[in-house]
Amino acid sequence: MNWAYFWSLLSISLHAMVPITLTAVGEVIGESAGLFNIGLEGILLLSAFTGTLGARAGGPLFGLFVGLITGLGVGFVFGLICAYWKGNQLIAGVGINLFALGFVAFGLQVLGSPGFYTVPRAVQLPPIRTPVGAFSPLIPVALVLPFFVHGLLGHTRVGLRIKAVGENPEAADVAGVPVELVQLLSTMAGAALAGLAGAYMSVSWLGSVTKEISAGRGFIALATVVFSGLRPLLALAGGLLFGFFESLATWIQSLPGVKEVVPWQFIAMIPYVATLLVVTGLIGRVRFPKALGVPYRRE
Amino acid sequence: MRRLWLGIRPLAESLLAGVIGLGGGALIMWAWGYNPWPAYRVLFQESFGNAYGLASALANATPLILTALAFAIGARAGLFIIGAEGMMYMGAMAAVATSLLRLPSGLHPLLSLVLAALAGILWGLVPALLRALRGVHEVISTIMFNWLSHFLAFYLVANVLVDPVRAEKTVSVARTARLPLLVRGTDLSLGIVVAAGCALLAYLWLWHTVSGYEVRAAGANPEAARYAGVSPRTTVLLVFALAGAFGGLAGAVETMGRPPTYAVYSGLTNIAGFGFDGIGVAMIGRNHPLGIIPAAVFYGGLQAGARLMQMWAKVPFEMVRAVQGVIVLALALPELLRIFRRLRRARRTS
Repeated sequence: MNWAYFWSLLSISLHAMVPITLTAVGEVIGESAGLFNIGLEGILLLSAFTGTLGARAGGPLFGLFVGLITGLGVGFVFGLICAYWKGNQLIAGVGINLFALGFVAFGLQVLGSPGFYTVPRAVQLPPIRTPVGAFSPLIPVALVLPFFVHGLLGHTRVGLRIKAVGENPEAADVAGVPVELVQLLSTMAGAALAGLAGAYMSVSWLGSVTKEISAGRGFIALATVVFSGLRPLLALAGGLLFGFFESLATWIQSLPGVKEVVPWQFIAMIPYVATLLVVTGLIGRVRFPKALGVPYRRE
Repeated sequence: MRRLWLGIRPLAESLLAGVIGLGGGALIMWAWGYNPWPAYRVLFQESFGNAYGLASALANATPLILTALAFAIGARAGLFIIGAEGMMYMGAMAAVATSLLRLPSGLHPLLSLVLAALAGILWGLVPALLRALRGVHEVISTIMFNWLSHFLAFYLVANVLVDPVRAEKTVSVARTARLPLLVRGTDLSLGIVVAAGCALLAYLWLWHTVSGYEVRAAGANPEAARYAGVSPRTTVLLVFALAGAFGGLAGAVETMGRPPTYAVYSGLTNIAGFGFDGIGVAMIGRNHPLGIIPAAVFYGGLQAGARLMQMWAKVPFEMVRAVQGVIVLALALPELLRIFRRLRRARRTS
């Protein structure tokens, strides 16, 4: 086997791991507090776009920051609707996704490029150069963050409160935990990470924005959360796994002689088939918070 | 009086959400430096202000009624099936493929519709089985199947059903298989009758048959329904089959009834999005088959008007999908009207 192929496979895997891991670890925080956000796909798409605008205005780091803030803002709206006003979480998530589809298509059109915008190289996040290739600086961030969240959820008072709210909101309420506030802040933290992931895709990894840039990753992240059973370290493992499947699809297409035998459309299906298989194989073995997805109402 | 209010409330909520959505759209246009007022004036004049606009609104509503039914039937049973997009692609592919056959004009469209419905049902089968047998959440499985269908349709359009003369589209649906136009010079075809008929059948089934009642019971209270002897597995399979049939038909009516090309373009550009828009339409129609029809005409009108708004006011027409997103966010609130009343009271007391 040629080493160059191996390194390219590793590089694509690590880069593809980042958005799924960041989004999934964020959703682990939100779901631990009992909110199920299927609008992650929309947040990825929105912040990939706003991150680009931010990078154009103030450089790559500002772009990432704008992406994070976009996620935070969407998370605030979602948390307001679902935690405080007891809205339907699935419907609110769909609303976010539809809004993002329309808004980003609209915004790309306004930028003068229907459906596609290339981020100028000058405002892309410069990669870390190593002897075996260039890597995005967000790869180490995505590798370390799950350990931090693991510590937060498992070993701090804040984490305990988050989990109490997701598991038994009545008891948490009686014990004096502000249920709605904890839910709002948890889902905002999760959405902010998805926002960072979105901006990473456009400003650092792919260097462009399209209407399809999120490509189902928000939902693959949801599947990763199922895979993880709400444990951040397993979410990282899931991110690596799904990142690998995604890179496999890209990598196989780059091999000489494959394109002539198998049409690219079938190779592109690999990550989605893998997601289905993993979720199907693992379901039933993981346990979720009792109050996940159920609005909390005081009696 | 109370009964009357129960009937009017969903309508009032949808109207209020519509206003909030249009307000959100105005805010976006304003933020990007457009003047929302003339843009909306063009939009509504061109969609509901004249006969041609109205015909376009109905033509756009045709596939949306069907994709919205696909979602609403699931929602009534407590399932969140967001796979109409993929089912719709498969239906469109089946409709184009069937037109390669040579059949008499009475039988041909009928066969196309039946095969498209079957293609949609088939596409929903795996997510249905995964849900019924393994408990895999349908949100994840149907989205994955949407992407599989996206790539499969890409492949079919480019390699199997491709027009030998114009490579950017599939072969056109045969003349014998097309749905006849109802109004000459417009896009409005017999498809609207098919779609509205499906909505009527869905209504009659849900509210006037035993199995429809059982499905609604399973959605309203799964535990109670199971004690009453309603099998959750049968419900899931039945509902997915109906959603698949409606989703498949949506793709078929669009390709068989949309002049001038009666084909699917590469990149699926002329059919992509109907499945997702259908979710919003179902919400606006409050997941009621008969509420879906006016909701689809409303949204179809927005789409028709938005194309002309793009031409005259230069506002990109995708704006309407953002409006729809805001409408759906507003409709996520169970007590939208009550929140408004409470806000008003809070202002009065302060």
